[in-house]
Amino acid sequence: MLLSNRMDDASPWYQITIEQNISCIKLTGSYTLAALDQQLQKVGAKLTHFATQSDLHWDLTSIQQMDHAGAILIWRAWKMHRPANLLIRPEHERLFAHLEKARPAPKPIHRDILWPILTLGRRYFLFWDHLTGIITLLGQVLLNLLYLVKHPNQIPLREISANLFRTGAQALSITALVGFLIGIVLSYLSSEQLHSYGADTFIINILGMSIVRELGPMLAAILVAGRSGSSMTAQLGVMRVTEELDALTVMGIPHSLRLVLPKIIGLGIAMPLVVLWTSAIALLGGILAADLQIGLNYKYALSNLPDAVPVANLWIGMGKGVVCGMAIALIACHFGLRIKPNTESLGEGTTNSVVTSITAVILIDAIFAVIFSNVGLKIRS
Amino acid sequence: MINNDPIIELQGLYTRFGSHVIHKNINLNIYQGEILSLVGSSGSGKTTLLRQMLSLEIPAQGSVKILGHSTYDCDLELLRSLRNRSGVLFQQGALFSALNVYDNIALPMRELHCLTEEMIRDLVMLKLDMVEVEAQHANKMPAELSGGMIKRVALARALALDPELLFLDEPTAGLDPPLSESFVKLIQTLRKELTLTIIMVTHDLDTLAALSTRVAVLADQRLVAVGELPDIIKIDHPFIKEFFLGERGRNVLRNVLALP
Ligand SMILES: Nc1ncnc2c1ncn2[C@@H]1O[C@H](COP(=O)(O)OP(=O)(O)OP(=O)(O)O)[C@@H](O)[C@H]1O
Ligand SMILES: [Mg+2]
Repeated sequence: MLLSNRMDDASPWYQITIEQNISCIKLTGSYTLAALDQQLQKVGAKLTHFATQSDLHWDLTSIQQMDHAGAILIWRAWKMHRPANLLIRPEHERLFAHLEKARPAPKPIHRDILWPILTLGRRYFLFWDHLTGIITLLGQVLLNLLYLVKHPNQIPLREISANLFRTGAQALSITALVGFLIGIVLSYLSSEQLHSYGADTFIINILGMSIVRELGPMLAAILVAGRSGSSMTAQLGVMRVTEELDALTVMGIPHSLRLVLPKIIGLGIAMPLVVLWTSAIALLGGILAADLQIGLNYKYALSNLPDAVPVANLWIGMGKGVVCGMAIALIACHFGLRIKPNTESLGEGTTNSVVTSITAVILIDAIFAVIFSNVGLKIRS
Repeated sequence: MINNDPIIELQGLYTRFGSHVIHKNINLNIYQGEILSLVGSSGSGKTTLLRQMLSLEIPAQGSVKILGHSTYDCDLELLRSLRNRSGVLFQQGALFSALNVYDNIALPMRELHCLTEEMIRDLVMLKLDMVEVEAQHANKMPAELSGGMIKRVALARALALDPELLFLDEPTAGLDPPLSESFVKLIQTLRKELTLTIIMVTHDLDTLAALSTRVAVLADQRLVAVGELPDIIKIDHPFIKEFFLGERGRNVLRNVLALP
């Protein structure tokens, strides 16, 4: 009887024995993911190598433990079919029987060759889709408004007041900080220039016109779009994810009435006030900087401000505030309601909402500039 | 293979949320190879207890020891290796909503960095097959699944790495009776093959009777009883009487324990 153990193939995972000219591989140890760990690829490669010898006898009865990963490792080494000579325990047998009739994984969806064109086309339709969506939502809100005029006891006052607080009162500190700093920077840059021409007092005109008419409203609108717009979208989005929107629907409470309308009205009221606040603080910062930089007396500056800036500019600024505020809320709600119930869509929707509302704010500003080009500007010749 | 050091040790555990006391002085040891069922009325703090064992939540007082190490001063390497070897099924599934079914199950396997993509594919399909989810659903997103399918996919994900320690929060809630039965079969086959320790919260008496080696009863903020099912039902406690020996409970237990 010939019995030899080739020592060069010793390994904790298998033993090769040659007995009466029959070579046999005996798998040993635990074929589990935890036990194989980093050895997995190496053991797999070895087994694949042995599986190429068609006359090899496989003995799997000495395996201590085998989990699915171990079974698949061996199965793949065998190239998905059993070797001719196999010794196996019944419980493992079941596992391999399972693998034998395993179904193939469904193929991932392949990209069309025309995908650049398709993507472009889809983008185009998506744009119109969003535009009509926003207009539809606006129409719905207007209908809700009509309904509320007839049923004044159903006006969602609590929600409106909550929105007023969140988007208005809580935004005061950040808008004040940014406004103040911008006022200082603006004043610092232009007062030096004006000083060199001896036109010191015109700093009041420059500060007053630019801040009251343009910078104040724009700063406030962009800050609010980032701050409140994103939170509105995220709120509605999470309500979609957690099926709260559906719960509201089945209770017969329309989203547009209870969720969208209070946000639009709330921000429509809060925004002009925030604009007023931001402009005032920015002016304060500007005058302070001018006082320090070129010694312009602040009392003089304040008393001359009404002459330099016609009051119409203030109304235009606040008008922008109302329109921008409502637009931001409308866009935020539109994107919020279209979020699909998964986290990725939530993130994407919030980003889109903020980007769109900032773009919309700048567009609105341009439209105001065109419409009111003859109002509030004193052009001295 | 089974040794006598507890895998998880709870000592003098107190939990409160605000002024609301959930647990008072809970002591419990969980040993290797057993299936411990945790029962208790709704809101009695079973999920909270499970979360504390997973060190997702910290008790107000008392200690949780895993493999003899307290989870607060335990070294991170050990905790990580333990987490790799344990699987968790959350009550609500907790599938990643941005990934489809296939990727949800493949995620823990990919995190190991030692499996090839082909092996992962075979493994995922095997797991899906085990929990009886058809291959055609593999590309669906979690939001497109039915409630029972979410449970089964979450179970497949919990089993993805063939864990030695399984935490199951109501594994059969939302499954129809045949599916619950195949869940029982699945766990039994897995246990034949591997040393599996399971901590399971369940309201399903059939599953409980078929699988558990020990039962822990949570009532009045305490563990009122821990032991084997036949001993538990002899204990005189209003909750136990109601839960096990009500009309429904009797029917189930009659088959299993030959109760009068
Ligand atoms: N994060 C939390 N904050 C405050 N209270 C909580 C919190 N989590 C749970 N609770 C309270 O703790 C108690 C136990 O909750 P838990 O989810 O553990 O119950 P349960 O036993 O799993 O119930 P069920 O069988 O219904 O799932 C409940 O009263 C719950 O209100
Ligand atoms: Mg629970």
